[in-house]
Amino acid sequence: MAAQQRPLSPHLQIYKPQLTSIMSILHRATGIFLAAGTLALVYWLLSIAGGAESYKQAQGIFGSLIGLLFLFGWSFALFYHLCNGVRHLFWDAAKGMDIKSVYASGKLVWFAATVLTALAWGLALTTK
Amino acid sequence: MAEFKLPAHSVVNKGKTFKAEGAKRVKRFVVYRWNPDDEKNPATDTYEIDLDNCGPMVLDALLKIKNEIDSTLTFRRSCREGICGSCAMNIDGKNTLACTKAIEDISGDVKVYPLPHMSVVKDLVPDLTHFYAQYASIKPWMETQSALPPDREMLQSKEDRAKLDGLYECILCACCSTSCPSYWWNSDRYLGPAVLLQAYRWIIDSRDENTGERLDNLEDPFRLYRCHTIMNCTNTCPKGLNPAKAIAEIKRMMVERR
Repeated sequence: MAAQQRPLSPHLQIYKPQLTSIMSILHRATGIFLAAGTLALVYWLLSIAGGAESYKQAQGIFGSLIGLLFLFGWSFALFYHLCNGVRHLFWDAAKGMDIKSVYASGKLVWFAATVLTALAWGLALTTK
Repeated sequence: MAEFKLPAHSVVNKGKTFKAEGAKRVKRFVVYRWNPDDEKNPATDTYEIDLDNCGPMVLDALLKIKNEIDSTLTFRRSCREGICGSCAMNIDGKNTLACTKAIEDISGDVKVYPLPHMSVVKDLVPDLTHFYAQYASIKPWMETQSALPPDREMLQSKEDRAKLDGLYECILCACCSTSCPSYWWNSDRYLGPAVLLQAYRWIIDSRDENTGERLDNLEDPFRLYRCHTIMNCTNTCPKGLNPAKAIAEIKRMMVERR
């Protein structure tokens, strides 16, 4: 009798999510999101070139609730990707790679990205 | 392209439950089962274990299941003290050695699966053929260019010997490689953390004279550079070693020799 085809053991389905893997995939996801966001930036710049009417329309879109949510997500993605990118630079120099430091720097990145996002929006909303 | 879902014949179903009658301290062990001799998909069988009548480690419980409840349960084990690496498996969502993982450290049911994203031979036994072939590909032995002294050993300073600490302890259990998402998606070409840690062990050995050739062999977009510093490897190593750091050191050497 021919042996049955061997199954592939479960992987993503069973592996416990942990700070290491979550932050890694989030780094990639924010990178992709930032790239998509540059399209929005290009649209905004084009609207300026298009004159007052198109600029007003673009400002309307970005000023809407969905637009603001997008910008908020985009700014967080920017700061997260930036901070975690610095973390990766240290790793490229083989520094801070023991598990204790990895968790400490990971939490620091979360904290810094949150604070920077809050600061940026505080600044944006108060200097209107 | 990475395939995130399990193929149809690998999807895990729910299997049988074996109750422990009259036991006071019951722990449930949910264990992955697959038998090559029937036509069925893999399934998880549940075994209730009386902790008052069982050793402290997960391996003790697996042996109890095999001895007293279900002799068809198949798994590798040998030394039962964390030095052989045979009983590497996924326990409670993380890869580790069943013999050094205490049952009491796990809250809730104890879920036991084979090492992730591997071809399963039977139950908890993965096929490690490819993993060992990758290990052989990095030439895990001393290589020299100059003539060896016939009458004495090749000596090494204490400082040079210290560079091997944290590397020579690796038992090649494959916990780290099979915890690495990059290895899951690219194990056909990416060597994975365990084999790269071993590669580094020979690269920095002061007695080895083929460092350049060893680095040449790794200078490849896949073999080395599929490591994205996810750090699951270091997080899971049952021996407390740091494969991610070893890989980072290799990458540094690649840059420095340019």
